[in-house]
Amino acid sequence: MSRATEQLVYLVAAVLFIIGLQRLQSPATARGGNALSGVGMLIAIVATLLVGNIISPTVIAAGLLVGSGIGYWMARTVRMTSMPQMVALLNGSGGAASLLVGGAEFLKSELVGEQIPIDTGITIQLTLLIGAVTLTGSIIAWAKLQEVMTGKPIVFPGQKTVSALLFLAVVGLSVYQLMTVDALLWPFYAVCVISLLLGVLLVIPIGGADMPVVISLLNSYSGIAAAMTGFVIDNSVLIIAGALVGSSGIILSKIMCKAMNRSLANVLFGAFGAAGPKGSAKSAAGLSVRSVTPEDAAIQLAYAQNVVVIPGYGMAVAQAQHAVREIQELIEKRGGEVKYAIHPVAGRMPGHMNVLLAEANVPYDKLREMDDINPEMDRCDVAVVIGANDVVNPGARTDTSSPIYGMPIINADHAKSIIVLKRSMAAGFAGIENELFYNPKTSMLFGDAKQSLTKVISEIKQL
Amino acid sequence: MSESLIGGLVIFVLATFLGAALIGRVPPTLHTPLMSGANAISGITIVGSLLIAGAGLGWISTVLGFLAVVFAMINVIGGYVVTGRMLLMFKKEEKR
Repeated sequence: MSRATEQLVYLVAAVLFIIGLQRLQSPATARGGNALSGVGMLIAIVATLLVGNIISPTVIAAGLLVGSGIGYWMARTVRMTSMPQMVALLNGSGGAASLLVGGAEFLKSELVGEQIPIDTGITIQLTLLIGAVTLTGSIIAWAKLQEVMTGKPIVFPGQKTVSALLFLAVVGLSVYQLMTVDALLWPFYAVCVISLLLGVLLVIPIGGADMPVVISLLNSYSGIAAAMTGFVIDNSVLIIAGALVGSSGIILSKIMCKAMNRSLANVLFGAFGAAGPKGSAKSAAGLSVRSVTPEDAAIQLAYAQNVVVIPGYGMAVAQAQHAVREIQELIEKRGGEVKYAIHPVAGRMPGHMNVLLAEANVPYDKLREMDDINPEMDRCDVAVVIGANDVVNPGARTDTSSPIYGMPIINADHAKSIIVLKRSMAAGFAGIENELFYNPKTSMLFGDAKQSLTKVISEIKQL
Repeated sequence: MSESLIGGLVIFVLATFLGAALIGRVPPTLHTPLMSGANAISGITIVGSLLIAGAGLGWISTVLGFLAVVFAMINVIGGYVVTGRMLLMFKKEEKR
């Protein structure tokens, strides 16, 4: 294959990636799109193996086998509730690959005493920085999601200054590396180590509920790192693919931020929820909640015509999605209608709730977006809130002192009655009181969501 | 600055805008498969990893290249397989 043919083959791969993303516009075509994108990747790999100057095929074969094996095993065994962790790990391995390629390219030239051209040098430094930040940032995001470490923001005095200084150090060392004529290795190692540290520092101050934004952003970084690697090895398919992924992550982060009415800067540096329970203007003192039994809830649901289920992260934790679908079917059998209202930031990553409900065989046309369902909430007989809190807090509309003031919410309180499934009266992630719980229309069904729903199911069946 | 860098920048900027236009049209219900699918695409660093791993440039490069191939393939295979697995679950309501 000549260089020109090689370029054309890579172009085919890039086009397949683009068509693959295009087909994600509808669940009906998405599977085919994913397959096409995979074919593009296969083409790129085969072309590289045919064209590249491959001296040690055994190393490559071993790497392909080990990597594919691990990737396949992860993809087959991961539970749908753990999808955010999975995506975090995938982001991290993308960052690691870019970091390693960038590092190897640098060492290759330095070790043979070859002067690296300035533009390649710049892109190598960028690859190292972005790849390393993606790697360690993703590991921290994984640890927070997996609850290996606390989901609460970790902050210390002067944190932002330390991060800023470390970033400046990376820039300074990179410039020094580029300017110096001698083959120096220590600035290279220093850039790698400091960048890895930066990744940690950037993610530890971000709280668990802000993870959808962080995962999207790290997704974007992994794409940009791949694009930078493309600049280093002068290969346009890497640049195109990397840029596509980079912009996808940015767009998703923007959507998430908009759904929380917060700026990206506020999410990244605001340490939201760090201060613990914040005194909301409306205190819970003197207000009482009405707790109901599964029997009462079953009667309410069985005779409802129009039910809206509002799921949150708690549904994922309790693995309650299958029980929810069973209740949906029971209500439908009795002539009622059930819809699902999905807040953009419900769960720990964009689209988290949709995947869980799809897993439980809920047809995707029953899932409605917030803006779509809110005008209909007045006609809803029963709104069932499962493991969601801040996204249904009416305080976001009215309480200017609330940390979530201005965040668009699902209007659960507009429904004729509301059932909230909750473990206890503990405040939500942000430590904010939720006046929805004290609403006279609201009944609280305390306990594990899955167990409560299972009881409700058997009660409805007996009616 | 070299011509290849400028050429690369042009491609990068155009592809970024193309990506934004494409992603803006993906419905929120598919955002999770979108992310894992995009992840698989960013595994394109496999191209660079293979070139390094196969170049036979001494043990440091070979070890780094080997690890890069492993990580990139985790990204590629893990991303595509898990995306396929999720998309298989998305079903429309059956007409009865």
